Amino acid sequence: MREFTALYTALDETTKTNEKISAMRSYFEHASRADAAWAVYFLTGRKPKQLVQAPKLATWAIEAAGLPEWMFGESYDAVGDLAETMALLLPDSTHISERSLASWVEETLLPLRGAPDTVQRQVMLDSWQQMNEAQRFIWNKLITGAFRVGVSQRLVIRALALFSGIDAQVIAHRLMGTWEPTPAFFQALVAKETADSDVSRPYPFYLAYPLESDPRTLGDIFDWQAEWKWDGIRSQVIKRSQQVFIWSRGEELVTDRYPEIAQDAILLPDGTVLDGEILPWKEANVLPFSQLQLRIGRKEVSNKLMTDVPVVLMAYDLLEWQGEDVRATPLRARRSIMTDILRGLPGVSPEENCNAPLTTGGAEVPACQRLSTRLRISPTIQCRSWEELSQQRETSRSLNVEGIMLKRLAAPYRVGRQRGDWWKWKVNPYTMDAVLVYAQRGSGKRASLYTDYTFGVWDNGALVPVAKAYSGLTDEEIREVDRFVRQNTINKFGPVRVVEPQLVFELAFEGIQRSSRHKSGIAVRFPRMQRWRRDKPAQEADTIETVRALLQE
Amino acid sequence: MVAGGDLISLTESGLFCAAGNFYIDPWGPVDRAIITHAHSDHARPGSKAYLTVNEGIGVLRARLGQDAPIEGVRYGESVTMGDAKVALLPAGHVLGSSQVRISSHGQVWVVSSDYKLGQDRTCEHFALVKCNTFITESTFGLPIYRWRPDREIFDEINNWWSTNRDAGKCSIIFGYALGKAQRILAGLDPSIGPIYTHGAVERLTHEYRAAGKLLPDTIHAGSLSRGTKFGGSLILAPPSAQGTPWMRQFGTVSTAFASGWMRIRGTRRRKSVDKGFVLSDHADWDALNKVIRDTGAERIIVTHGYTAEMVRWLRENGLQAESLATRFEGELAEMQPDSAQEPQEQDESAAAAVETSTDSQEDSSA
Repeated sequence: MREFTALYTALDETTKTNEKISAMRSYFEHASRADAAWAVYFLTGRKPKQLVQAPKLATWAIEAAGLPEWMFGESYDAVGDLAETMALLLPDSTHISERSLASWVEETLLPLRGAPDTVQRQVMLDSWQQMNEAQRFIWNKLITGAFRVGVSQRLVIRALALFSGIDAQVIAHRLMGTWEPTPAFFQALVAKETADSDVSRPYPFYLAYPLESDPRTLGDIFDWQAEWKWDGIRSQVIKRSQQVFIWSRGEELVTDRYPEIAQDAILLPDGTVLDGEILPWKEANVLPFSQLQLRIGRKEVSNKLMTDVPVVLMAYDLLEWQGEDVRATPLRARRSIMTDILRGLPGVSPEENCNAPLTTGGAEVPACQRLSTRLRISPTIQCRSWEELSQQRETSRSLNVEGIMLKRLAAPYRVGRQRGDWWKWKVNPYTMDAVLVYAQRGSGKRASLYTDYTFGVWDNGALVPVAKAYSGLTDEEIREVDRFVRQNTINKFGPVRVVEPQLVFELAFEGIQRSSRHKSGIAVRFPRMQRWRRDKPAQEADTIETVRALLQE
Repeated sequence: MVAGGDLISLTESGLFCAAGNFYIDPWGPVDRAIITHAHSDHARPGSKAYLTVNEGIGVLRARLGQDAPIEGVRYGESVTMGDAKVALLPAGHVLGSSQVRISSHGQVWVVSSDYKLGQDRTCEHFALVKCNTFITESTFGLPIYRWRPDREIFDEINNWWSTNRDAGKCSIIFGYALGKAQRILAGLDPSIGPIYTHGAVERLTHEYRAAGKLLPDTIHAGSLSRGTKFGGSLILAPPSAQGTPWMRQFGTVSTAFASGWMRIRGTRRRKSVDKGFVLSDHADWDALNKVIRDTGAERIIVTHGYTAEMVRWLRENGLQAESLATRFEGELAEMQPDSAQEPQEQDESAAAAVETSTDSQEDSSA
C-alpha cells in the first residue's frame, strides 16, 4: 500500500507525461506481480462496484475522530472531498501496516461487499488505524469507487511497454476485454512476445503532410497516384492465423465495433494487412462523418445501428502479403497486388470490384457501388494534367470527400508523418464571418487567458451561437482579444463571459450539418479562426441564412 | 462583542486599550501603537509612535521605513502605560513577534496575535501566559489542520530539492518573504546546492542575520549577471512571484508552495504548483485548543480565521467564547490570487512589481 500511495502522489504532483510514465515504470519495476496487476486495474479506471455506502463511512469516521457531526460538515466544506476529509480528520495511527496493495484489496476490501454493517464498521476502523493519512485517502477512494488519477490508459500502456520491452500495441491488445487482476495476468501482460501476440500487431501508419505549394512543383503528374481523401477512420485490417484484427490510428483495437468489415475480412488470404479508411456507406454514397460518430464510441453494435450506419473499408494500400512485410515495395506494385487480392475475394466477380475512374461533375458515384463486399478499393483519379486534377478537386464536396491524396507511385510505405511522397491536397474550407459573443479561459498554459471563444451569426437582429473555436490566432492576437474580453464583459455565467458583440472573425470549417441539438439548427466541423476581420463591423457579419445555404452545396 | 468595561475594545482603528491609551496592531494611523509583528496586516504605517520588541525592530523598519518612530522593549519587560502594565511575550510566529499581556484593575488580558507552537530556529518560542481573558487567532481553526513536526517537512523539502537537482531542475519554493522564507532557509541542507533569493526575501533575510540568526548563505538572484545557470539550485521567492517573467531566468523548474493551506489537495492543485509543503507559522487545531485551555482564561475572544466554528466548538466544550471581527488576515492573504477570480490580472501587476516593489507588495500581509 505504501508504494502504491507513493505512486499516486507522484502522479498527482506532475502534469508532465514523461514524469508520469517514469513513475509508473518505476512502480512496475519494484512491485510484486500481484500488486502490479491491481495497480494496472485501478490505473486504467477499472473499479469494483461500490462496497460501502459513503454516508456510513462518514458516520464511522466521525465516530473515530471524536468530533461533532457539524464539525465534520464544516471540515468537508473546507476540503470538498469526502475521502480526503475523512483521511485528514482520523486520529494518527500508532502503527503503519506494511501490507501490500493486493493483500489489502483481496483480503480486506473485496470481502466488505455484502458484509453486515457491524463487520464493515469494524473493518474500516481497524484499517484506518493501520494507515497514514495519504494511504487512508487512497483507501477511502478505492472503497467508495471514486479512485481517479490523471493518467490515461494509453500512458499506462506506454509505461508497461517501457518496463517490459514489449510493444505498446501488444500490451494494448493484451489489456483488451475482461480480465482478472491476478499475478498470472500481469505476468502474461508483460511476457516476452509469443506467436500469439505477433498475430495482431499493426504497422505504424504513414501520414501525409498538407500540400501548401502549387501541385506543379511535384513534377510529372504521371509519377503520382491521385485518390479521393476520404473522411473516415484511418484503419489497418489484419488477417493472420485465420483471425481478423482492426486497428484504428489511435492504436485502438476496434475489431468488435465493425463486425461487418471483420466478417468480410476473414475471407482475405492469411498474412494480409490492408491500410484504408472505414467509412459510413449507404446505397452507393459515403455518409457524412457525423454518422460514423454514432458508431465510434460504441463497443456493443446493435443490428439497428448496423442497418442505420453500415460501414465499409475503403482500402488504399497493402502492407503485408503472404505474411511478408511489403512496405518497401513501390506503391505501384503494392496497389497492383492489393487490387488482385480484393478482386479475387470469393463471391466477387473480377469486374465487380473495379478500379474505374470517377467521372467529373459529381453526378456519378464511385463505380464500385455495386459490390456486395464491404472491402473496397479506393479508386484512383485518372487525369492527364494538374489542371485537370485541380478541376476534379473542386467536386470534392459533392462527393463527400475532403479533397485529393497524392501519392508517389515509386515510393515505399513510410513510417509516421514525413514529407515528400504523400500529400493531402484538401479542398478549401468553408468560411463564415462571425461575431465573438462568449469567452472562456483556456487550460494548461492558457489558463490565465481567455482563449476559448463562442461565435454567433445574425438571426433576425440577434446573434445566435454557431461555433466554438480555440485555435488560429497568434499569441499576440490572443492577448489582444483577452484584453478586449476583460474590458468588454457585459455578463458572466460561471466561467463564461458574455462580451460586447464587436469583434468579427473569419471562421474556417470543414463541414456543416443540420443539428437539432444546437439552437442555430446547424453544427460545423473543425471550426477555427482563419482571420481577424478588423475591417468588418459586427453588423456586417454573416446571417444564419447565408450559413445554412452552405448545407445545399 | 467586547463590553464597555473591558481592557480591550474594538474601535474604527482597531484593538484599543483605554486604560493604557494605546492600540494593538491598528489598521489606521494612531498616536501610540504596539506592534505584535511586522506582517503588513499587523504593521501599518502612519502612527506617531510604535512599540515592539527589540528583536523585531529591524524587520519592522524594513516595512515602515528607516525613520519610523519605533521604540523597543525586551521580551517580558514590564512597561507602564497609563493605568495599565504592559509586557510583550514571545508568540513564536516570526522574528520579533509577540503576544501582548495587559494588566489593569486586577484583570489580566492577553492578545495573542498570530502564534505557533513548536521549534522554529528563527524566532523565540511561544511563551504560555496565564490570563483572565485571552484574545486568540483562529486562522487554522478546523480539525483538518494539523501539522507534522518541522523535521519531517524539512526532510521532505531537502529530498525534493535533491531529486530535482539530479534531474537538472531548479527548485522554487514560494512562501512569505518575512518569516516563512527564513524558517525554510534554516531547515535547508546547503550541501545539496546553492540557494538563491528573490529581492524581497533577501532584504528580510538580511534583517534576520542582523538580529543574530544564523542562516545558510544565500545569493540574491537579482544581483547576478544574465545567463547565470541556476540548474540544481533552490530559490526562495514570495508568492507574488509565481507565474511572472522573473521566473523565466531559471530554466526548467519544479515549483512548490509552503503554507498551512497545502494541507488540502485541492488548494495545492488550484495554486498550480508541483508540490505543497504543509508548513505554517500559525497554530494548528491541536495547538489552538491546547493554548486556549492552558492559559486558564475564563473568557476567550476569537479573532481572524475560522472564528464562528472555533467559538461554537469552545462553547460546546464548556468555555465562554465569543468572536471579534478584526481586519487581520492570518495566512489567508497568501491565498488571494486563488480566491480573487482573476489570477491573470494579479499576475500582471505582480510581474510589473517584481524586484522593484516594496515589501508590502511582495508578501502582502503575511
